[in-house]
Order: sequence, then structure tokens, then C-alpha cells
Amino acid sequence: MILPYFIIIPLLTTFLVTLIAGKKDNWAIVLSFISVTSLLVLSLFAFITMMNDTVSYELSTWEIPYGIILVMDALTSFTLVMVSIISFTSLIFSIQYIRHLSMNWRYYALFMLLVTGMNGVIVTGDLFNLFVFMEIALFSAFALVAYGSKAEEYEAAFKYAVMGSVSSVIILIGIAVIYSATSTLTMAKIAEAIPDLSRELVFWVGILFIAGFGLKAAVMPFHTWLPDAHSSAPAPISSMLSGVLIKALGIYVLIRFFFNVLGAPQFFTQIFLVLGTVSIIAGVFLAIGQWDMKRLLAYHSISQIGYILLGLGIATPLGILGAVFHLFNHAIFKSLLFYNAGSVELAIGTRDLRKMGNLNKILPVTSQTSMIASLSISGIPPFNGFFSKLIIIIAAIQAGLPIYAVFAIAGSLLTLASFMKVQRYGFRGENMIDQVTNKIGWRMNSAMIILAVLCLLTSLMIVPGIKEVTLDPVVKVISENSEYMQLVLGR
Amino acid sequence: MIVYLLCFALFLVGLYGVLTKRNLVKIILSLGIMGYAANLFLILVGYRNESQYPIIAEGVKQAPMVDPLPQALVLTSIVIELGTTALLVVLALRLFEKYNTFDITKIRRLSG
Repeated sequence: MILPYFIIIPLLTTFLVTLIAGKKDNWAIVLSFISVTSLLVLSLFAFITMMNDTVSYELSTWEIPYGIILVMDALTSFTLVMVSIISFTSLIFSIQYIRHLSMNWRYYALFMLLVTGMNGVIVTGDLFNLFVFMEIALFSAFALVAYGSKAEEYEAAFKYAVMGSVSSVIILIGIAVIYSATSTLTMAKIAEAIPDLSRELVFWVGILFIAGFGLKAAVMPFHTWLPDAHSSAPAPISSMLSGVLIKALGIYVLIRFFFNVLGAPQFFTQIFLVLGTVSIIAGVFLAIGQWDMKRLLAYHSISQIGYILLGLGIATPLGILGAVFHLFNHAIFKSLLFYNAGSVELAIGTRDLRKMGNLNKILPVTSQTSMIASLSISGIPPFNGFFSKLIIIIAAIQAGLPIYAVFAIAGSLLTLASFMKVQRYGFRGENMIDQVTNKIGWRMNSAMIILAVLCLLTSLMIVPGIKEVTLDPVVKVISENSEYMQLVLGR
Repeated sequence: MIVYLLCFALFLVGLYGVLTKRNLVKIILSLGIMGYAANLFLILVGYRNESQYPIIAEGVKQAPMVDPLPQALVLTSIVIELGTTALLVVLALRLFEKYNTFDITKIRRLSG
């Protein structure tokens, strides 16, 4: 049974890093590298072998109404693969980057704690257990945002911590309301009890959860913490936060709760549609005026999360396919762009696009991979971003929502414009910088190259034949929403 | 019913504090009040009228019991809040070292 190991391995590594590593940082690096590699192997293995199965694991063999269960289905293992890929490359990238910042084993302990929290949120089948793992992930995220110990970083971390705590309280109240009505915390049992509940109660629980998890996912009216937190964190952490944390804590839980537990009520998918479209347009307009590269990327995260929500809001199988595909693609190209920003910052000591220039001569790998990632995020074929956005737009038209399709296309064009700005002023700018302060080592380069190759390779997931074994099981889990409850309860 | 309304009022007091106060310490205190409101709500959800504490012991008359699960949840959530509050206090102290003030209107180097 491999399910509990997704929590045990990173948690044990955190413990060992703090215990053994002490003052020897190399041990911390080795231990966490072994840990993320084994997580990557395990999650790929789980995704390949347990394609259409739903497996549940009862902690300490307490049966369902009394104990906590862990559940694994296609959506779980798909999200785990995403988290593992990004944490693997982020760790490789960190080795040089963090050594430059401050040589410290505490970083690796916090990093593994962040992975623990995210994996826990993804595998758990219990609502309160989800809350606890979410808090673990948030703790380490707050601490990692403040890791560079500059004034701006403390400011961003404080803002993030206040917003995160408010949303956690809202989620806790939502859990209390749903517990009072159903007397259970297991998500499958709640799903079973939902048809008997009054509509008002479902409405209020849904509103509380959209506010709480929407804040974690940085959907438009709740986005204010994101640009500060994601641009102040060290670059590998920015890519973890922007690439996977807002999805594991925000979007994944929204999918699980609204589609598998509440059964995708029309009212809430409408809210997803509107929030998604507002995020797409407003996020991209805020992004286009930025000159700080990481801040620009952070605003783009809001806009791309909007695409995922739009796909979910359409709620046809095609729309969900687009949303799930974009979820994966965004993790890859946004993380790559944050690595690029981090390596430029390390090499020439600035994030301001106006002060960059001549980078394709002095930083060839960074500049080439950033070109691939920029083309990917703006939706240029044959890169992965094109296919997922195309599917979402086609799904919107098929579902009879042409206005939303127009907004999605407009958002994509504006994204292209803002990344042309990044390339024109940043990487191919006029400033003739001819020497770098820090050399970019092979580890940072290889992390960027892995993700750049994946930008091309993941577009293969849409090819018929590969699509049936990768994306279709995930879409099936989400769109056949009551199946989850039946499979977990074993009926 | 009146207890639930009072609990909601407590939550609103906390929310008001988070949204309007300028002092970092007062914001942290308001977050604590919000957390207490959520915990109180969980306890109220588990309460049953005219019932006992949920311990089965010999010699005690069997009677309806209050729901023990929310009490366990509240213990967990209190611990989590302790951690969050400690982290926030440390961040506030570091912010004071950097800016020499607790006033959030003066802590504004990030913008845009």
C-alpha cells in the first residue's frame, strides 16, 4: 500500500534533516534529494498502475465512520505527479540558488514540510484532516516567503499570513456547518448525505468554501496577497507557490469539494465561470503594466488560474479536460518562468526589465528556455499552453457561451503582448551588459532544461491514444461526480 | 439561537479588527478573536441540551452525551492557531526591527 508514503516520506525527511543535518548542509541536500526523487518515482508508478482504480486506506485500520481515510484516484495521482515534478526541479534549482542566498539546512526542512502539506491535502479523504495539512503547507509557505530576511519579504509574508489565517477561519466555520448537518467529516459520507440537506445549507457551505479556498487559489477578488508573496519569495519557492501550492490548496480542493462532494450544482459552476473570466481579464491587465519580472509573472498566475476556473465552470467533459490539462501545463511553464527570473536575478542582480539586456549572449540557456516558456504561456503552437487554451475556448463555444470564449481569446492575446514585452525589453533589451556577477551552474541550467523539454512533451498528452491513458481517467473522476462516493464507500 | 448570534457577533468583532486596525499587534489580536469565534461555533455545534460529558465510567448514570468530536477538533485548531499566532508575532517583531513602527500605513515598500 503506497498511499501513506506520500505523507511519510517528506515528513520523515523534514525530521531527519533537522535531526541529522545540523550544521552539515550537504546531508540536508542529499536527504531531500533522495526524498523528492522517490516521491516522483512513486507518484509516476501510482499514476501508471492505478489508472482507473479508486483505492482507499484506513489510517490505523479505523473504519470509515470513525477513522480518517486516504483516497487515491486518477485525479489524486495526476495532481501528485504535478507536485512531484515541480518539487524535484525546484530542489535541483535550489541547490545553487539558496547557497548563494544563505547556506542553510532550515530551507530544506521547510521545503520538505511544504511538500508534506501539499501531498497530505491531495491524498486525504477527510475534511478536517485536509484543513490540518493545509495549515502545515501554509506555515512553511509563510516562513519560506520570509526566508530572504529583507524588509519587503517580511512585509509580504505578514500580509500573506494574515490573509491565509482569515481564509482558514472561514474554512473552519464551513467545516463546522457541514459537520453540524451531516455528523461526519469523511468527504464520501458527506457526499452521500448531500441530497437530503436543505438547499440553503448547501448554498451557505458553498459560499464559505468558495471564499476560503478561493483566497488560497488567489481568484480575482481575493488575489491581493499573491503578487507580493510570490514575487518576494526566493525563486524556487516562487515557482513552488505559483506552480503548485495555489493549485493543490485552492483549485484541487475546489474540484474535489464542488464536483465530487456537492455534485457540481449549476449555481456554483456559474460562479466559477464569472470569477474565472474576471480573473483572466483583470490579472492580465494588472500584469502588463509591471516592470518587475517576478511581479509580472505573479499577476499572470491570477490570470491563468482564471482559465482553469473557466474550464471548470463550463462543466462539460471537454471544459473539464481543458481545465485539467491547463492545470498541469501552467505548473510547468510558470515554474520555468520563475526559474528564469531567479537565474537572471542571480546573474546580473536585478529583476527590473528596463535594466536587463543582451541576455541571450551571456545567459544562453536561460534566455532560450524563457523563450519556450513565453511561447507556451501565450498559447503558440506546438507548445502545451496552446492546446489547453484551445480546448477551453472550443468547450466554451460548444456549451453556448461565446462571450466567455471571446474573453478567453482576449486574455490570451494580452498575455502574448506582455510576454513580448518581457522578451523585447528584458532578454533582448538594449542595455549592453557583458559580464555576470554570478555564474549559473549546471544544476540550475538542467532544472530549466527539464521543464523546457516538458513544455513540448506534455502537449503530446492531447494526442489520441496517449489522451486515453493520461487525461481521460482524470476527467472521468471529475465529471461523473457521484462515482467518487460510491467507489470510496465500496458500494 | 441567541448563543449563535453572540458567536457570530464575536466573529464580526474579529473581522472588523482585521479590516480596520492599523497596528500590527491589534491585527494579530483580532485574528485571535476570529479564531475563538470559529472554535466556539464548533463547540456549540456539538452541544446537546441537558446532556452529560462524554465519558463512559462505572457508577455513572447513562444519559445522553454531548458530541465529543468537535471538542477534539477544537483542540487541534487551538494548536494550529497557537502556531500561526507565534509566527505572526515573530514577523511583526522583525518588521519592527526593519521599519521601527507597528503602523501598517508606514510599512509600504511593496506596491503596484
